[in-house]
Amino acid sequence: MSDTATLKHLPLEALHEEAGARFGAFAGWRMPLTYPAGVMKEHLHTRGSAGLFDISHMQLFEVEGAGAAAFLSRACPLDAEALDQDRSKYTVLLNESAGIIDDLIVTRLGPQRFMVVANAGNAAKDEAHLRALAKDFDVSLTALERVLLALQGPDAEAVLIAAGLDLSDLTFMTGTEPAPGWFAARSGYTGEDGFEVALPVGEAERFARSLLDDERVQWIGLAARDSLRLEAGLCLHGQDLDEATDPASAAILWAVPKALRERGAFVGAAALQAIIAAGAAQKRVGLKPEGRQPVRAGAPILDDAGKTVGHVTSGGFGPSVGHPVAMGYVARALSEPGTRLFTEVRGNRIALDVHPLPFTPQRYHKG
Amino acid sequence: MTKTYFTEDHEWIKVEGGVATVGITDYAQEQLGDLVFVELPEAGKALAKGDTAVVVESVKAASDVYAPVDGEITAVNEALAGDPSLVNSAPAGDGWLWKMTLADESQLEGLMDEAAYQASIA
Repeated sequence: MSDTATLKHLPLEALHEEAGARFGAFAGWRMPLTYPAGVMKEHLHTRGSAGLFDISHMQLFEVEGAGAAAFLSRACPLDAEALDQDRSKYTVLLNESAGIIDDLIVTRLGPQRFMVVANAGNAAKDEAHLRALAKDFDVSLTALERVLLALQGPDAEAVLIAAGLDLSDLTFMTGTEPAPGWFAARSGYTGEDGFEVALPVGEAERFARSLLDDERVQWIGLAARDSLRLEAGLCLHGQDLDEATDPASAAILWAVPKALRERGAFVGAAALQAIIAAGAAQKRVGLKPEGRQPVRAGAPILDDAGKTVGHVTSGGFGPSVGHPVAMGYVARALSEPGTRLFTEVRGNRIALDVHPLPFTPQRYHKG
Repeated sequence: MTKTYFTEDHEWIKVEGGVATVGITDYAQEQLGDLVFVELPEAGKALAKGDTAVVVESVKAASDVYAPVDGEITAVNEALAGDPSLVNSAPAGDGWLWKMTLADESQLEGLMDEAAYQASIA
C-alpha cells in the first residue's frame, strides 16, 4: 500500500466524489473502489447493461517510427510486422528468463505507429525497459497523458452511439482514432462486449457526463472490476502473473504465435523455448471452491494427502455465478478440469475443483 | 431492561436479562460492502474479550469480528448461512451475529452508548 499522501489522483476525481465513491489506494493511485450501489449491484449492472470504469491509472504509450514494428517484435513475443491495421493483440513484456514483466494490449494505428496500453503498477518499469530496448531501433516512445474510460456491457455500443460516438464498425480487439488525441478500442477486462476510450484530459469531463446522462450507465469501481475479470478468467498482473511466472505456466501461450514459440527473437525467447520443451512445472487454472466461503489469494492448494501442490493467486466471490471463484497455480499433473483439490482457510479444509475458465461465458463482439 | 452498547470496532451489544446479542453497526456494514459469507462459531465456545468470534467476508476481503466482552456463546444466527446479506440489510436486527453470556458485567462500563458511538463516527 502506498502512503496516501503520495497517491496520484485521477483527472476526473471530482466526478467520482460527486457520485459518492469510496476510494482506496491501488498501484500508487487513489482509485474509486465502490459507489453507493455496492460491488454486487455494480458487477451485475455491468453484465446487464453498461458499466463505466475510470481506468486512467493505466498508461498509454505511443510507439512511432520506421523501426516501430521491429522494436515491438523484439520487446514482445509478437509478430508486429504482421499485425493488421486497427488490430489489437494481447501480449506481454518478458525478461530474459521469460518472466512476465507486464501484460499489454498493442494496437496498430498505422504502418509505423502503434498504441501500447500498460498496467498502472508497472508503467514506470515498463517505460524504463522499453526505452532501454528502443535504443537499438529507429523508434520514438511517448508516454501519453489521457483519461481512459471503459464502457462495458451489452448496452455499451448503443450508449456510445447516443453520446455521438459511433464505434459500431469495430469488432472485438480492434481500435481506431475517432478524433485528434483520441483512441478507442473494442476491448475491456470484464468478459463483456465493450469499449475502452482514451481522450485528452480537457475533453474528458464533458464526455464522461454525456455517458452518465444516459440512464443505462453507472459508474463501476475497482472492486467490481476485479470480480468481473476474475469470473471472466482474466489475469491481473501482480497477482496471477509476475516475473516469477512465464507464459507457458500462466496458460497464456495462446498469445504467442506458434512460429515465435520455436524461433522468436524477442526478449526471453530462449528461456521460453526451454520451458516449453521441458514442460511447465505448474499451470494456472480456474478453481471453484465448494460451498459459500471465498478462498483468497495466498491460500495454499493441497492434494488429498494434504501435500501442498500450488497456491491461489486470485479469489473472491462471483456475483454473476453466485458462488466463490478463484484462480491459482497447481502442479501440471493436477491441472485437468474436474480434479479435486483442497485448501485450508482458518483451519477449515475446503474442497476446490479445477474449473474451466472463464466462469461466465465471454460475450465479445467478434463481428 | 434492555441496554445497547457500542465498541470502537463498530460492534453493538444489546444486553437483556444477562445475555448479550452482538452484531456490527450500520457504519461497519457499509464500510465492508456486500457480505457473501459469515463464518459462525459453535454454540458453547468460550470467548475472552478481543478474541475473534466471527469472520465476515465481503466480495473483496475477510474481516474479523471480536468478542466485546468475556463469556460463552449461547446461540448463533443460523439464518446468515443461507443469506449473509441480512447483515447489510438489517445490521441491528435480523443481521445479528451471536448471543453470549456475560462473565463480567463490569466490562460493559468501558463501552460507548449510542450517542457517544454516533459522535465517534460523525
